[in-house]
Amino acid sequence: MLIDDVVIVDTFAEAFAMWGARVLITAENEKWALAAARSMTGFATSVIGCKCEAGIERAVPAAETPDGRPGMAVLLFTTSEDGLAKRLVERVGQCVMTCPTTACYNALASENTVVVGGSLRYFGDGFQASKLLDSRRFWRVPVMDGEFVVEERFGVQPAVGGGNLLLLGEDVAPTLAAAEAAAAAMRTVPGVILPFPDGVVRSGSKVGSRYKSVIASTNDAYCPTLRAVATASQLPEEVGCVLEIVIDGLDLAAVEEAMRRGLAAAPRSGLRQISAGNYGGNLGQYKIALRDLLPGARREG
Amino acid sequence: MSLTLTLHTEPEVPLEAEALKPERFEGMTAAQIAAVAVLYGNQEAPLGDFFRVAGEPDGELCIRGDATRVKMIGAGMTRGRIVVEGNAGMHLGAAMSGGEIFVAGNAGDWVGAEMSGGSIVVKGNAGHLLGSAARGGRVGIRGGEIIVHGNAGNEIGSGMRRGLVAVAGDSGDFTGVNMLAGTVVVLGRLGWRTGAGMKRGSIVSCHPAELLPTFSYACTYRPVSLRLVFGHLRARGLPVAQEHFAARYHRWSGDGIESNRGEVLLLAA
Repeated sequence: MLIDDVVIVDTFAEAFAMWGARVLITAENEKWALAAARSMTGFATSVIGCKCEAGIERAVPAAETPDGRPGMAVLLFTTSEDGLAKRLVERVGQCVMTCPTTACYNALASENTVVVGGSLRYFGDGFQASKLLDSRRFWRVPVMDGEFVVEERFGVQPAVGGGNLLLLGEDVAPTLAAAEAAAAAMRTVPGVILPFPDGVVRSGSKVGSRYKSVIASTNDAYCPTLRAVATASQLPEEVGCVLEIVIDGLDLAAVEEAMRRGLAAAPRSGLRQISAGNYGGNLGQYKIALRDLLPGARREG
Repeated sequence: MSLTLTLHTEPEVPLEAEALKPERFEGMTAAQIAAVAVLYGNQEAPLGDFFRVAGEPDGELCIRGDATRVKMIGAGMTRGRIVVEGNAGMHLGAAMSGGEIFVAGNAGDWVGAEMSGGSIVVKGNAGHLLGSAARGGRVGIRGGEIIVHGNAGNEIGSGMRRGLVAVAGDSGDFTGVNMLAGTVVVLGRLGWRTGAGMKRGSIVSCHPAELLPTFSYACTYRPVSLRLVFGHLRARGLPVAQEHFAARYHRWSGDGIESNRGEVLLLAA
Protein backbone atom coordinates (compact mmCIF):
# COMPACT_ATOMS: atom_id res chain seq x y z
CA MET A 1 0.00 0.00 0.00
CA LEU A 2 1.09 3.53 -0.68
CA ILE A 3 0.16 6.91 0.70
CA ASP A 4 1.84 9.77 -1.18
CA ASP A 5 4.52 7.31 -2.34
CA VAL A 6 5.23 6.24 1.25
CA VAL A 7 5.05 2.47 1.60
CA ILE A 8 2.64 1.25 4.25
CA VAL A 9 4.05 -2.11 5.28
CA ASP A 10 1.52 -4.91 5.43
CA THR A 11 1.96 -5.68 9.08
CA PHE A 12 0.25 -5.08 12.37
CA ALA A 13 0.79 -3.36 15.69
CA GLU A 14 0.60 -5.68 18.64
CA ALA A 15 -1.19 -4.06 21.56
CA PHE A 16 -1.77 -5.17 25.12
CA ALA A 17 -4.60 -5.26 27.63
CA MET A 18 -4.07 -2.63 30.28
CA TRP A 19 -6.07 -0.70 32.86
CA GLY A 20 -6.68 3.00 32.45
CA ALA A 21 -7.89 5.98 34.48
CA ARG A 22 -8.71 9.58 33.62
CA VAL A 23 -7.77 12.22 36.16
CA LEU A 24 -8.92 15.83 35.99
CA ILE A 25 -6.57 18.33 37.59
CA THR A 26 -7.82 21.88 38.13
CA ALA A 27 -6.00 24.89 39.46
CA GLU A 28 -6.23 28.63 39.91
CA ASN A 29 -5.12 29.04 36.31
CA GLU A 30 -4.04 26.88 33.38
CA LYS A 31 -0.35 27.37 34.14
CA TRP A 32 -0.59 25.56 37.47
CA ALA A 33 -2.96 22.89 36.21
CA LEU A 34 -0.43 22.20 33.47
CA ALA A 35 2.44 22.19 35.97
CA ALA A 36 0.74 19.49 38.02
CA ALA A 37 -0.22 17.50 34.92
CA ARG A 38 3.34 17.60 33.62
CA SER A 39 4.67 16.51 36.96
CA MET A 40 2.15 13.67 37.22
CA THR A 41 2.93 12.42 33.73
CA GLY A 42 6.68 12.70 34.09
CA PHE A 43 8.73 9.51 34.15
CA ALA A 44 5.75 7.58 32.83
CA THR A 45 6.87 6.54 29.36
CA SER A 46 6.78 2.77 29.71
CA VAL A 47 5.46 0.26 32.20
CA ILE A 48 8.75 -1.60 31.74
CA GLY A 49 10.73 0.96 33.70
CA CYS A 50 8.18 3.41 35.11
CA LYS A 51 5.43 1.10 36.40
CA CYS A 52 2.88 3.12 34.45
CA GLU A 53 2.36 5.10 31.25
CA ALA A 54 0.73 8.51 31.41
CA GLY A 55 0.13 11.63 29.40
CA ILE A 56 -1.96 14.75 29.13
CA GLU A 57 -5.11 14.04 27.15
CA ARG A 58 -6.35 17.60 26.76
CA ALA A 59 -6.86 20.97 28.38
CA VAL A 60 -10.31 21.22 29.91
CA PRO A 61 -12.05 24.62 29.86
CA ALA A 62 -13.16 26.05 33.19
CA ALA A 63 -16.80 25.75 32.17
CA GLU A 64 -16.44 21.96 32.01
CA THR A 65 -14.76 21.32 35.37
CA PRO A 66 -16.51 20.62 38.69
CA ASP A 67 -15.03 23.65 40.40
CA GLY A 68 -15.20 26.06 37.48
CA ARG A 69 -11.44 26.44 37.17
CA PRO A 70 -9.25 25.54 34.20
CA GLY A 71 -8.12 21.96 34.13
CA MET A 72 -6.04 19.26 32.49
CA ALA A 73 -7.23 15.74 31.78
CA VAL A 74 -4.55 13.12 32.35
CA LEU A 75 -4.72 9.46 31.35
CA LEU A 76 -2.75 6.88 33.28
CA PHE A 77 -2.29 3.23 32.34
CA THR A 78 -0.85 0.19 34.07
CA THR A 79 -0.95 -3.54 33.53
CA SER A 80 -3.28 -4.28 36.47
CA GLU A 81 -6.14 -2.71 38.39
CA ASP A 82 -4.25 -2.93 41.68
CA GLY A 83 -1.20 -1.37 40.12
CA LEU A 84 -3.29 1.49 38.80
CA ALA A 85 -4.62 2.23 42.28
CA LYS A 86 -1.08 2.36 43.66
CA ARG A 87 0.24 4.59 40.89
CA LEU A 88 -2.70 6.97 41.23
CA VAL A 89 -2.15 7.37 44.95
CA GLU A 90 1.58 7.91 44.42
CA ARG A 91 1.28 10.37 41.58
CA VAL A 92 -1.72 12.34 42.79
CA GLY A 93 -0.11 12.51 46.20
CA GLN A 94 3.36 13.48 45.08
CA CYS A 95 2.66 15.52 41.95
CA VAL A 96 -0.82 17.05 42.30
CA MET A 97 -1.31 17.55 46.00
CA THR A 98 2.10 19.21 46.14
CA CYS A 99 1.32 21.67 43.34
CA PRO A 100 -0.09 25.07 44.40
CA THR A 101 -3.86 25.65 44.13
CA THR A 102 -4.71 22.31 42.52
CA ALA A 103 -7.65 19.98 43.03
CA CYS A 104 -8.03 16.50 41.60
CA TYR A 105 -11.19 14.75 40.39
CA ASN A 106 -12.17 11.48 38.81
CA ALA A 107 -13.10 11.99 35.17
CA LEU A 108 -13.90 8.43 34.15
CA ALA A 109 -17.35 6.98 34.73
CA SER A 110 -16.85 3.28 35.41
CA GLU A 111 -18.31 0.48 37.49
CA ASN A 112 -14.78 -0.28 38.69
CA THR A 113 -13.31 2.24 41.07
CA VAL A 114 -10.19 2.46 43.21
CA VAL A 115 -9.56 4.49 46.34
CA VAL A 116 -7.32 7.53 45.83
CA GLY A 117 -8.50 10.49 47.91
CA GLY A 118 -9.61 8.03 50.54
CA SER A 119 -5.95 7.13 51.03
CA LEU A 120 -4.46 10.59 50.58
CA ARG A 121 -6.78 12.07 53.18
CA TYR A 122 -4.56 10.71 55.94
CA PHE A 123 -2.02 13.36 55.04
CA GLY A 124 -4.48 15.66 56.79
CA ASP A 125 -3.48 14.10 60.10
CA GLY A 126 -7.04 14.12 61.39
CA PHE A 127 -7.80 17.65 60.22
CA GLN A 128 -9.23 16.42 56.91
CA ALA A 129 -12.94 16.69 56.19
CA SER A 130 -15.12 15.60 53.33
CA LYS A 131 -18.14 16.71 51.34
CA LEU A 132 -20.55 14.25 49.75
CA LEU A 133 -22.28 15.61 46.64
CA ASP A 134 -24.28 13.49 44.18
CA SER A 135 -22.87 10.34 45.78
CA ARG A 136 -19.31 11.53 45.14
CA ARG A 137 -17.13 12.08 48.19
CA PHE A 138 -14.54 14.84 48.03
CA TRP A 139 -11.81 15.04 50.64
CA ARG A 140 -10.53 18.39 51.85
CA VAL A 141 -6.96 18.08 53.04
CA PRO A 142 -5.57 21.17 54.77
CA VAL A 143 -2.40 22.41 53.03
CA MET A 144 -0.34 25.54 53.27
CA ASP A 145 -2.20 27.47 50.57
CA GLY A 146 -5.64 26.49 51.80
CA GLU A 147 -7.10 23.10 51.01
CA PHE A 148 -6.40 20.30 48.58
CA VAL A 149 -9.63 18.79 47.30
CA VAL A 150 -9.36 15.24 45.98
CA GLU A 151 -12.10 12.81 45.08
CA GLU A 152 -12.31 9.67 47.18
CA ARG A 153 -12.62 7.12 44.35
CA PHE A 154 -11.48 7.12 40.75
CA GLY A 155 -12.96 5.10 37.94
CA VAL A 156 -10.75 2.56 36.20
CA GLN A 157 -11.47 0.42 33.19
CA PRO A 158 -9.84 -2.13 30.91
CA ALA A 159 -7.78 -0.30 28.32
CA VAL A 160 -5.36 -0.87 25.47
CA GLY A 161 -1.67 -0.06 25.49
CA GLY A 162 1.08 -0.34 22.99
CA GLY A 163 -0.56 0.63 19.73
CA ASN A 164 2.24 1.96 17.59
CA LEU A 165 3.56 3.24 14.30
CA LEU A 166 7.15 3.01 13.09
CA LEU A 167 8.20 5.83 10.78
CA LEU A 168 11.12 4.98 8.53
CA GLY A 169 12.81 7.96 6.86
CA GLU A 170 15.90 8.82 4.91
CA ASP A 171 17.26 11.16 7.54
CA VAL A 172 16.44 12.63 10.93
CA ALA A 173 14.79 15.84 9.69
CA PRO A 174 12.00 14.41 7.52
CA THR A 175 11.39 11.53 9.93
CA LEU A 176 11.14 13.89 12.87
CA ALA A 177 8.79 16.16 10.92
CA ALA A 178 6.62 13.18 10.03
CA ALA A 179 6.56 12.03 13.64
CA GLU A 180 5.62 15.47 14.88
CA ALA A 181 2.78 15.73 12.38
CA ALA A 182 1.52 12.24 13.18
CA ALA A 183 1.66 12.85 16.92
CA ALA A 184 -0.24 16.11 16.56
CA ALA A 185 -2.96 14.35 14.58
CA MET A 186 -3.15 11.48 17.05
CA ARG A 187 -3.60 13.79 20.00
CA THR A 188 -6.89 15.02 18.55
CA VAL A 189 -8.46 11.67 19.41
CA PRO A 190 -10.26 11.63 22.78
CA GLY A 191 -9.20 8.86 25.12
CA VAL A 192 -5.62 8.40 23.95
CA ILE A 193 -2.20 9.56 25.04
CA LEU A 194 1.27 9.20 23.57
CA PRO A 195 3.42 8.46 26.63
CA PHE A 196 6.90 9.11 25.22
CA PRO A 197 8.64 12.51 25.07
CA ASP A 198 6.35 14.74 23.05
CA GLY A 199 4.82 11.52 21.77
CA VAL A 200 7.87 10.11 20.01
CA VAL A 201 10.34 7.38 20.97
CA ARG A 202 13.61 6.51 19.29
CA SER A 203 14.66 3.61 21.50
CA GLY A 204 12.19 1.02 20.32
CA SER A 205 12.71 -2.28 22.08
CA LYS A 206 12.42 -5.98 21.55
CA VAL A 207 11.64 -8.53 24.20
CA GLY A 208 14.65 -10.00 25.97
CA SER A 209 18.37 -9.56 25.62
CA ARG A 210 21.56 -11.51 25.50
CA TYR A 211 21.94 -10.42 29.14
CA LYS A 212 19.81 -12.48 31.52
CA SER A 213 18.84 -9.59 33.78
CA VAL A 214 17.62 -7.35 30.96
CA ILE A 215 13.99 -7.95 29.98
CA ALA A 216 13.96 -5.61 26.98
CA SER A 217 16.71 -4.42 24.71
CA THR A 218 17.23 -2.30 21.62
CA ASN A 219 15.17 -3.20 18.58
CA ASP A 220 18.17 -4.05 16.42
CA ALA A 221 16.00 -4.86 13.43
CA TYR A 222 15.18 -1.15 13.14
CA CYS A 223 18.55 0.37 14.08
CA PRO A 224 20.21 1.82 10.94
CA THR A 225 23.66 1.39 12.39
CA LEU A 226 23.06 -2.34 12.74
CA ARG A 227 21.73 -2.98 9.24
CA ALA A 228 24.89 -4.83 8.31
CA VAL A 229 25.11 -6.92 11.45
CA ALA A 230 21.55 -7.48 12.66
CA THR A 231 20.24 -10.91 11.82
CA ALA A 232 16.85 -9.68 10.65
CA SER A 233 17.12 -6.02 9.76
CA GLN A 234 13.86 -4.57 8.50
CA LEU A 235 15.41 -1.47 7.00
CA PRO A 236 15.75 -0.74 3.29
CA GLU A 237 19.10 0.73 2.30
CA GLU A 238 17.79 4.28 1.91
CA VAL A 239 16.44 4.42 5.49
CA GLY A 240 18.70 6.24 7.94
CA CYS A 241 16.33 7.04 10.80
CA VAL A 242 13.40 5.31 12.49
CA LEU A 243 11.06 6.88 15.04
CA GLU A 244 8.17 5.24 16.81
CA ILE A 245 4.94 6.59 18.21
CA VAL A 246 3.32 4.53 20.94
CA ILE A 247 -0.38 4.95 21.70
CA ASP A 248 -2.30 4.04 24.85
CA GLY A 249 -6.06 4.37 24.83
CA LEU A 250 -9.09 3.81 26.98
CA ASP A 251 -10.44 1.41 24.35
CA LEU A 252 -9.35 -0.28 21.16
CA ALA A 253 -11.40 2.01 18.91
CA ALA A 254 -9.59 5.08 20.23
CA VAL A 255 -6.17 3.51 19.61
CA GLU A 256 -7.18 2.49 16.09
CA GLU A 257 -8.51 5.94 15.31
CA ALA A 258 -5.32 7.55 16.57
CA MET A 259 -3.22 5.21 14.40
CA ARG A 260 -5.47 5.98 11.43
CA ARG A 261 -4.98 9.72 11.85
CA GLY A 262 -1.25 9.27 12.35
CA LEU A 263 -1.00 7.24 9.17
CA ALA A 264 -2.79 9.96 7.26
CA ALA A 265 -0.71 12.81 8.69
CA ALA A 266 2.82 11.38 8.52
CA PRO A 267 3.58 10.85 4.81
CA ARG A 268 5.87 13.45 3.24
CA SER A 269 9.01 13.73 1.19
CA GLY A 270 11.90 11.89 2.82
CA LEU A 271 9.69 9.39 4.61
CA ARG A 272 10.01 5.95 2.97
CA GLN A 273 7.91 3.54 4.98
CA ILE A 274 5.39 3.34 7.80
CA SER A 275 5.40 0.09 9.68
CA ALA A 276 4.34 -1.16 13.09
CA GLY A 277 5.99 -3.08 15.88
CA ASN A 278 4.88 -6.51 16.96
CA TYR A 279 6.16 -9.65 18.59
CA GLY A 280 4.86 -12.06 16.03
CA GLY A 281 1.42 -11.86 17.54
CA ASN A 282 2.47 -14.05 20.45
CA LEU A 283 2.35 -11.57 23.32
CA GLY A 284 -0.36 -8.96 22.86
CA GLN A 285 -4.09 -9.42 23.07
CA TYR A 286 -4.77 -7.07 20.15
CA LYS A 287 -3.49 -7.02 16.57
CA ILE A 288 -4.10 -3.81 14.68
CA ALA A 289 -3.39 -4.33 11.00
CA LEU A 290 -2.30 -1.21 9.15
CA ARG A 291 -4.18 -2.21 6.00
CA ASP A 292 -7.44 -2.34 7.98
CA LEU A 293 -6.92 1.24 9.03
CA LEU A 294 -6.55 2.46 5.46
CA PRO A 295 -9.27 0.98 3.30
CA GLY A 296 -8.72 3.68 0.67
CA ALA A 297 -4.96 3.39 0.40
CA ARG A 298 -3.42 2.93 -3.06
CA ARG A 299 -2.12 -0.54 -3.82
CA GLU A 300 1.52 -0.84 -4.91
CA GLY A 301 2.45 -1.69 -8.46
CA MET B 1 -52.19 10.66 34.60
CA SER B 2 -50.31 10.40 37.91
CA LEU B 3 -52.21 10.02 41.13
CA THR B 4 -53.63 13.41 42.11
CA LEU B 5 -55.18 14.28 45.45
CA THR B 6 -57.11 17.54 45.45
CA LEU B 7 -58.07 19.04 48.79
CA HIS B 8 -61.81 19.69 48.70
CA THR B 9 -62.33 20.27 52.42
CA GLU B 10 -59.71 22.18 54.36
CA PRO B 11 -59.21 20.59 57.78
CA GLU B 12 -59.97 22.88 60.72
CA VAL B 13 -57.41 21.12 62.88
CA PRO B 14 -54.21 19.44 61.69
CA LEU B 15 -54.60 16.33 59.60
CA GLU B 16 -51.84 13.82 60.23
CA ALA B 17 -51.44 12.12 56.88
CA GLU B 18 -48.33 9.96 57.02
CA ALA B 19 -50.04 7.83 54.39
CA LEU B 20 -49.43 10.52 51.77
CA LYS B 21 -46.52 8.94 49.96
CA PRO B 22 -46.48 7.22 46.57
CA GLU B 23 -45.45 3.79 47.83
CA ARG B 24 -48.49 3.61 50.16
CA PHE B 25 -50.86 3.71 47.19
CA GLU B 26 -49.10 1.27 44.88
CA GLY B 27 -51.60 -1.08 43.22
CA MET B 28 -54.64 0.56 44.83
CA THR B 29 -57.83 1.79 43.16
CA ALA B 30 -59.20 5.30 43.65
CA ALA B 31 -61.83 3.95 46.03
CA GLN B 32 -59.26 2.10 48.10
CA ILE B 33 -57.09 5.21 48.27
CA ALA B 34 -60.05 7.33 49.38
CA ALA B 35 -60.66 4.85 52.19
CA VAL B 36 -57.12 5.03 53.58
CA ALA B 37 -57.21 6.20 57.18
CA VAL B 38 -55.66 9.47 58.30
CA LEU B 39 -55.73 11.06 61.72
CA TYR B 40 -57.97 14.13 61.95
CA GLY B 41 -57.39 15.72 65.28
CA ASN B 42 -57.62 12.73 67.61
CA GLN B 43 -59.90 10.63 65.41
CA GLU B 44 -59.37 8.46 62.37
CA ALA B 45 -61.02 9.60 59.17
CA PRO B 46 -60.91 8.40 55.57
CA LEU B 47 -58.65 10.32 53.23
CA GLY B 48 -61.62 10.86 50.94
CA ASP B 49 -63.25 13.13 53.55
CA PHE B 50 -60.65 15.72 52.59
CA PHE B 51 -59.19 14.79 49.22
CA ARG B 52 -60.67 14.00 45.84
CA VAL B 53 -58.73 11.15 44.22
CA ALA B 54 -57.94 11.09 40.50
CA GLY B 55 -55.44 9.34 38.28
CA GLU B 56 -53.48 6.14 38.73
CA PRO B 57 -50.64 5.36 41.13
CA ASP B 58 -47.43 5.41 39.05
CA GLY B 59 -44.80 6.43 41.57
CA GLU B 60 -45.67 10.12 41.49
CA LEU B 61 -48.17 11.77 43.79
CA CYS B 62 -49.53 15.26 43.16
CA ILE B 63 -51.24 17.14 45.98
CA ARG B 64 -53.38 20.16 45.07
CA GLY B 65 -54.84 22.80 47.32
CA ASP B 66 -53.58 24.52 50.46
CA ALA B 67 -52.21 21.67 52.56
CA THR B 68 -50.87 23.96 55.28
CA ARG B 69 -52.72 21.91 57.89
CA VAL B 70 -51.78 18.56 56.40
CA LYS B 71 -48.88 17.16 58.38
CA MET B 72 -46.33 14.44 57.59
CA ILE B 73 -46.68 14.47 53.83
CA GLY B 74 -44.03 12.07 52.54
CA ALA B 75 -42.88 11.15 56.04
CA GLY B 76 -40.89 7.94 55.94
CA MET B 77 -41.05 7.65 52.16
CA THR B 78 -38.41 5.52 50.49
CA ARG B 79 -39.03 6.11 46.78
CA GLY B 80 -41.15 7.94 44.24
CA ARG B 81 -41.93 11.63 43.87
CA ILE B 82 -44.37 13.97 45.56
CA VAL B 83 -45.36 17.32 44.09
CA VAL B 84 -47.23 19.67 46.39
CA GLU B 85 -48.67 22.41 44.23
CA GLY B 86 -49.55 24.65 47.17
CA ASN B 87 -48.28 24.76 50.74
CA ALA B 88 -47.35 21.80 52.93
CA GLY B 89 -47.75 21.36 56.67
CA MET B 90 -45.33 20.31 59.38
CA HIS B 91 -43.04 17.27 59.25
CA LEU B 92 -42.89 17.19 55.45
CA GLY B 93 -40.58 14.32 54.46
CA ALA B 94 -39.62 13.61 58.07
CA ALA B 95 -37.50 10.45 58.35
CA MET B 96 -37.67 9.86 54.60
CA SER B 97 -34.88 7.72 53.17
CA GLY B 98 -35.38 8.12 49.43
CA GLY B 99 -37.39 9.75 46.68
CA GLU B 100 -38.11 13.40 45.95
CA ILE B 101 -40.50 15.98 47.33
CA PHE B 102 -41.19 19.28 45.60
CA VAL B 103 -43.29 21.99 47.23
CA ALA B 104 -44.32 24.94 45.09
CA GLY B 105 -45.39 27.03 48.08
CA ASN B 106 -44.31 27.17 51.71
CA ALA B 107 -43.66 24.36 54.16
CA GLY B 108 -44.11 24.25 57.93
CA ASP B 109 -41.71 23.29 60.71
CA TRP B 110 -39.63 20.12 60.84
CA VAL B 111 -39.16 19.69 57.09
CA GLY B 112 -36.96 16.63 56.56
CA ALA B 113 -36.42 16.11 60.26
CA GLU B 114 -34.16 13.09 60.78
CA MET B 115 -34.27 12.18 57.09
CA SER B 116 -31.56 9.84 55.84
CA GLY B 117 -31.82 10.13 52.06
CA GLY B 118 -33.70 11.59 49.12
CA SER B 119 -34.30 15.26 48.40
CA ILE B 120 -36.75 17.96 49.33
CA VAL B 121 -37.15 21.24 47.45
CA VAL B 122 -39.32 24.04 48.85
CA LYS B 123 -39.80 26.95 46.48
CA GLY B 124 -41.22 29.22 49.18
CA ASN B 125 -40.31 29.54 52.84
CA ALA B 126 -39.79 26.78 55.38
CA GLY B 127 -40.43 26.88 59.11
CA HIS B 128 -38.22 26.07 62.04
CA LEU B 129 -36.08 22.97 62.58
CA LEU B 130 -35.48 22.14 58.95
CA GLY B 131 -33.48 18.87 58.79
CA SER B 132 -33.26 18.72 62.55
CA ALA B 133 -33.31 16.12 65.24
CA ALA B 134 -36.65 15.51 66.91
CA ARG B 135 -37.01 16.90 70.41
CA GLY B 136 -35.14 14.55 72.67
CA GLY B 137 -33.17 13.17 69.75
CA ARG B 138 -29.48 13.88 69.25
CA VAL B 139 -29.08 13.31 65.52
CA GLY B 140 -30.83 15.26 62.79
CA ILE B 141 -30.58 14.74 59.04
CA ARG B 142 -28.31 11.78 58.28
CA GLY B 143 -28.23 12.06 54.51
CA GLY B 144 -29.95 13.51 51.47
CA GLU B 145 -30.57 17.17 50.84
CA ILE B 146 -33.07 19.92 51.53
CA ILE B 147 -33.17 23.05 49.39
CA VAL B 148 -35.32 26.04 50.33
CA HIS B 149 -35.62 28.90 47.90
CA GLY B 150 -37.08 31.30 50.46
CA ASN B 151 -36.28 31.83 54.13
CA ALA B 152 -36.10 29.29 56.94
CA GLY B 153 -36.70 29.54 60.66
CA ASN B 154 -34.69 28.73 63.76
CA GLU B 155 -32.51 25.71 64.51
CA ILE B 156 -32.13 24.47 60.96
CA GLY B 157 -29.74 21.53 60.76
CA SER B 158 -29.95 20.94 64.49
CA GLY B 159 -27.92 17.82 65.32
CA MET B 160 -27.21 17.30 61.62
CA ARG B 161 -25.00 14.27 60.97
CA ARG B 162 -24.61 14.22 57.18
CA GLY B 163 -26.15 15.69 54.02
CA LEU B 164 -26.82 19.16 52.69
CA VAL B 165 -29.28 21.84 53.80
CA ALA B 166 -29.39 24.98 51.68
CA VAL B 167 -31.47 28.13 52.06
CA ALA B 168 -31.48 30.85 49.44
CA GLY B 169 -32.85 33.45 51.84
CA ASP B 170 -32.19 34.05 55.51
CA SER B 171 -32.16 31.59 58.38
CA GLY B 172 -33.18 32.15 61.96
CA ASP B 173 -31.30 31.69 65.22
CA PHE B 174 -29.21 28.68 66.16
CA THR B 175 -28.48 27.60 62.59
CA GLY B 176 -26.57 24.31 62.79
CA VAL B 177 -26.91 24.05 66.54
CA ASN B 178 -25.27 20.87 67.88
CA MET B 179 -24.25 19.93 64.35
CA LEU B 180 -22.18 16.75 64.09
CA ALA B 181 -21.19 16.97 60.40
CA GLY B 182 -22.65 17.84 57.01
CA THR B 183 -23.17 21.17 55.30
CA VAL B 184 -25.58 24.05 55.85
CA VAL B 185 -25.54 26.84 53.26
CA VAL B 186 -27.46 30.07 53.81
CA LEU B 187 -27.10 32.49 50.93
CA GLY B 188 -28.81 35.19 52.97
CA ARG B 189 -28.25 36.21 56.57
CA LEU B 190 -27.77 34.00 59.59
CA GLY B 191 -29.58 34.64 62.85
CA TRP B 192 -27.97 34.63 66.29
CA ARG B 193 -25.79 31.92 67.81
CA THR B 194 -24.90 30.14 64.62
CA GLY B 195 -23.22 26.77 65.14
CA ALA B 196 -23.66 26.72 68.90
CA GLY B 197 -22.36 23.39 70.16
CA MET B 198 -21.32 22.17 66.73
CA LYS B 199 -18.68 19.42 66.64
CA ARG B 200 -17.85 19.19 62.94
CA GLY B 201 -19.41 20.17 59.64
CA SER B 202 -19.67 23.39 57.64
CA ILE B 203 -21.98 26.36 57.91
CA VAL B 204 -21.71 28.82 55.04
CA SER B 205 -23.23 32.25 54.58
CA CYS B 206 -22.81 34.91 51.92
CA HIS B 207 -23.23 37.66 54.51
CA PRO B 208 -21.35 38.76 57.62
CA ALA B 209 -22.51 37.37 60.93
CA GLU B 210 -21.64 37.83 64.56
CA LEU B 211 -20.46 34.54 65.97
CA LEU B 212 -20.28 33.23 69.49
CA PRO B 213 -17.08 34.00 71.41
CA THR B 214 -16.27 30.28 71.40
CA PHE B 215 -15.51 30.48 67.67
CA SER B 216 -11.96 31.35 66.60
CA TYR B 217 -10.97 33.15 63.43
CA ALA B 218 -8.62 31.00 61.28
CA CYS B 219 -8.00 32.75 57.96
CA THR B 220 -9.54 34.36 54.90
CA TYR B 221 -9.20 32.17 51.81
CA ARG B 222 -10.93 30.83 48.73
CA PRO B 223 -12.26 27.34 49.55
CA VAL B 224 -12.20 25.12 46.47
CA SER B 225 -14.71 22.77 48.09
CA LEU B 226 -17.22 25.61 48.29
CA ARG B 227 -17.10 25.89 44.51
CA LEU B 228 -18.24 22.27 44.35
CA VAL B 229 -21.07 22.87 46.79
CA PHE B 230 -22.20 26.03 45.01
CA GLY B 231 -22.00 24.34 41.63
CA HIS B 232 -24.13 21.51 42.96
CA LEU B 233 -26.72 23.93 44.33
CA ARG B 234 -26.83 25.98 41.18
CA ALA B 235 -27.42 22.82 39.16
CA ARG B 236 -30.45 22.30 41.39
CA GLY B 237 -31.78 25.73 40.62
CA LEU B 238 -30.59 27.70 43.62
CA PRO B 239 -29.58 31.23 42.55
CA VAL B 240 -25.94 31.26 43.63
CA ALA B 241 -24.27 34.45 42.38
CA GLN B 242 -21.26 33.91 40.16
CA GLU B 243 -19.09 36.22 42.27
CA HIS B 244 -19.64 33.99 45.30
CA PHE B 245 -17.88 31.04 43.64
CA ALA B 246 -14.40 32.48 43.60
CA ALA B 247 -14.83 34.87 46.52
CA ARG B 248 -12.79 34.93 49.69
CA TYR B 249 -14.36 33.63 52.86
CA HIS B 250 -13.52 34.15 56.52
CA ARG B 251 -13.05 30.79 58.15
CA TRP B 252 -14.02 30.45 61.78
CA SER B 253 -13.40 27.27 63.77
CA GLY B 254 -15.73 26.12 66.48
CA ASP B 255 -17.49 25.45 68.63
CA GLY B 256 -14.71 25.73 71.19
CA ILE B 257 -16.90 24.21 73.86
CA GLU B 258 -16.94 21.05 71.76
CA SER B 259 -14.19 19.54 69.59
CA ASN B 260 -13.59 22.84 67.75
CA ARG B 261 -13.56 20.93 64.45
CA GLY B 262 -16.49 22.62 62.79
CA GLU B 263 -16.20 25.58 60.46
CA VAL B 264 -18.24 28.65 59.65
CA LEU B 265 -17.41 30.27 56.33
CA LEU B 266 -18.59 33.85 55.92
CA LEU B 267 -18.22 35.80 52.70
CA ALA B 268 -15.48 38.40 53.07
CA ALA B 269 -16.53 41.95 52.24
